[in-house]
Amino acid sequence: MILHDLISLDVLRVIWWVLLGVLLTGFALTDGFDLGVGTLLPFVGKTDLERRVAINTIGPVWEGNQVWFILGGGAIFAAWPPLYAVSFSGFYLAMFVVLAALILRPVGFKYRSKRDGAGWRSAWDWALFVGGAVPALIFGVAMGNVLQGVPFHFNEDLMSIYTGTFFGLLNPFALLAGVVSLTMLVTHGAGWLQLKAEGPVAERARAIGSVTGLVAAVAYALAGVWMAEGIVGYHIVGPAAANAPSNPFLIDMARGGNWMAAYDARPWIAIAPVAGLLGMLMASLGLRRGWELGAIAWSKVGIIGIISSVGLTMFPFILPSSADPKSSLTVWNASSSQMTLFVMLVCAVIFVPIILAYTAWVYKVLWGKVTEDGVAEASDSVY
Amino acid sequence: MHQELVDLSRLQFAMTALYHFLFVPLTLGLSIIVATMETVYVMTGRPIWKQMVKFWGTLFGINFVLGVATGLTMEFQFGMNWSYYSHYVGDIFGAPLAIEGLMAFFLEATFVGLFFFGWDKLSRRAHLVVAWLVAIGSNLSALWILIANGWMQHPVGATFDPVTMRMEMTSFYDVLFNTVAQAKFVHTVSAGYVTASIFVLGVSSWYLLKGRHIELARRSIAIAAAFGLASALSVVLLGDESGYDATLNQKMKLAAIEAMWETEPAPAPFTLFGIPNQAEHKTDYAVKVPWVMGLIGTRSLDTPIPGIKELEAQAVGKIKSGLVAYDALAAYRAGKGTVTPEIAKAFKEHAGDLGYAFLLKQYTADPSKATEADIQKAAADTVPTVWPMFWGFRIMVGLGFLFIFTLGYFFYRASFRGMKFPRGMLVFAVALIPTPWIAAELGWFVAEFGRQPWTVYGVLPTAMSVSHLSILDLSITLAGFVIFYTVLFIVEMGLMVKYIRKGPYMEVEETERWMAKHEHRLRTHDGNLPFGNPAE
Repeated sequence: MILHDLISLDVLRVIWWVLLGVLLTGFALTDGFDLGVGTLLPFVGKTDLERRVAINTIGPVWEGNQVWFILGGGAIFAAWPPLYAVSFSGFYLAMFVVLAALILRPVGFKYRSKRDGAGWRSAWDWALFVGGAVPALIFGVAMGNVLQGVPFHFNEDLMSIYTGTFFGLLNPFALLAGVVSLTMLVTHGAGWLQLKAEGPVAERARAIGSVTGLVAAVAYALAGVWMAEGIVGYHIVGPAAANAPSNPFLIDMARGGNWMAAYDARPWIAIAPVAGLLGMLMASLGLRRGWELGAIAWSKVGIIGIISSVGLTMFPFILPSSADPKSSLTVWNASSSQMTLFVMLVCAVIFVPIILAYTAWVYKVLWGKVTEDGVAEASDSVY
Repeated sequence: MHQELVDLSRLQFAMTALYHFLFVPLTLGLSIIVATMETVYVMTGRPIWKQMVKFWGTLFGINFVLGVATGLTMEFQFGMNWSYYSHYVGDIFGAPLAIEGLMAFFLEATFVGLFFFGWDKLSRRAHLVVAWLVAIGSNLSALWILIANGWMQHPVGATFDPVTMRMEMTSFYDVLFNTVAQAKFVHTVSAGYVTASIFVLGVSSWYLLKGRHIELARRSIAIAAAFGLASALSVVLLGDESGYDATLNQKMKLAAIEAMWETEPAPAPFTLFGIPNQAEHKTDYAVKVPWVMGLIGTRSLDTPIPGIKELEAQAVGKIKSGLVAYDALAAYRAGKGTVTPEIAKAFKEHAGDLGYAFLLKQYTADPSKATEADIQKAAADTVPTVWPMFWGFRIMVGLGFLFIFTLGYFFYRASFRGMKFPRGMLVFAVALIPTPWIAAELGWFVAEFGRQPWTVYGVLPTAMSVSHLSILDLSITLAGFVIFYTVLFIVEMGLMVKYIRKGPYMEVEETERWMAKHEHRLRTHDGNLPFGNPAE
């Protein structure tokens, strides 16, 4: 018996589609609050010490959190090679901007408080702001473009050719999606600061977060209405061969109709947008009322709801092509081989629980508030 | 225009990868050195060792973040700049990258925060475990990356699927236990250990020259010399293993390193010195040592090592064989994945050489219409430029032996001459600090430049692997990386120098407490206290 035949290809593909969602969500839930805190940094900290408090709430954990992003890249490469190949070369300059912004973070955290000059520190504060806000915005803009379809096609060698431009990505619907992701993560970051900081830093975070939570909910609802009224969807023509080899040309696909048809076919998926909307509204309320654990719990619900609503609405599409719908990537035509998916699944089943366990332990060790006195006392060893 | 695209893509990859590897070797080695020092601290309770952990740990941290930051680029640029490569081999190459994240990088990155922030929150033992987890995570990272790279050098456990138009994995076991990958892993991490050892040795020597932090410097030298000597020996040993593997699997790379144009009668001589002449396919002013190459390369006296000319002639045959597979592939495409049994059989027989047919795409849009002249040109492309390989390799090996000598000397003085080091050797150790980086970068250069014209040896040509980008887009990102990375490098070096000048931070209270507690025992040994002044 050959081991990797134990699970059929279509089942493995669905599992890896779910895992892709888990990784993206894991990234948004953990590194999401780091991005949010980075964005909030100039606004919640007026003095150097206040800013250091904000930075040190995420200081010990952001590095591990960022691995969700790196693992996301690796897992897409391993499980969905065409998606990795098409999306990152297509969104080329946008991806460069994201990388440049994210590179600012490790150095910003580590180097900022290693010199005393006010100019030095303020430069790194702005670097950390860019490192938080820019990726948070661009991830949403990318999602907004994926929902509309991306201008690429394959040649006969299955080499992907992207025909759009960088500024074409900045269309109104995509920018709205960018507003959703930015405000969503800022709200999440505010929830984190309320939990981990105290005094003026926490106060300001709560004031800002209660507004951004509302904005996220409104923008998300608006994007939903826009999708229903103005965005053209994609669909598979004829029966979907869920076990077909991963070659886009073997499945016939077309542009037309509406993504919202998914909610007629599978009404239960409405739970995702409801959770997204409710989560953001309750997070906003929680920040206003000062629910230390409640606010961040609700922003987590909101993030899970919003991200999964995108995936569930598009299923089985992953990356539709507006230039040539027949080149679109779906769960059924863009995966790795059965063996690779199986091997990677075994690895994920072994390591993800271990990762969750030690991550939880690290958070437990670090439990408690970061205070101005604490930062001042350990000034040489903390960020 | 296409050649320009390929050249710029290669330049960008070379630059970002070599830059990334400025930080990785120190991370690999220093993480272990620091964890070793912390082990001594936990076992003996002597505050000086904690002081060492914190001091070298600070330098480790400054270096570590740039390794992480530049590693971000590495994880995504295959998709950004090498999109066809990603499609073509992602089924195999993506797996070790993803497992690296799952098994290694998560471990390293999650605990590195606790290493720096956990001193007051963890017991001594728990903190020690954290330090080792960081070191293990870093080194496991290297393992998976070298498995991925090893597969590019020696693609085992995979076959080409004509329906999905890509390589697909047939044996994960073969990919994992690829001999090339295993040898490269040990060679690479050992090189990292040597780099860190030379770094610790050099910085400590500087302190001794300045008469500062004597206790910290001497103990650090003892650790660095012992650890470094063992690692330097391992680097050369495993480098030799890599040479042996190259003989078996990458004959052209080996021939280029040795500037071996002709197939020499066994056992082949080793060219110690010479000026490779690519145009005339010969080496001018060659100084040869008989037998040595044959012994290193084949570990025998009677196996010949093929020279460049012979390998180039063999490439012609492989291109022609690859063309049979290429024609069969067209039939697969026309038949939407189904072909007659004869064509399927022909494809199967020649699929291993399909990559060689792709080499023709440089000269003709449709390789099946290639002329004999095109084939000759494509075969000539399989020869990398020889002189940088020849000299890059020799400088790297020369430095390797220099490290063995230096670390051996310091190990001897530290162990048997009471930690007394002549001034001249201390100055030499300081001057040596940059050289392991030169050796490491040259090592990567020889390995990757020598793989040309392939991204995956014999399977996928570099020219075909690139993304369909505009020259403008590529130029923007290349310029962006150059400017951005240069600034970060200057900032990093500035902080390193600042913290080395500043020296260790002594926790006076803990030291005095420990000295008071152990004063009686310490005095009875030799009548003197181990440290003159705790605030030294």
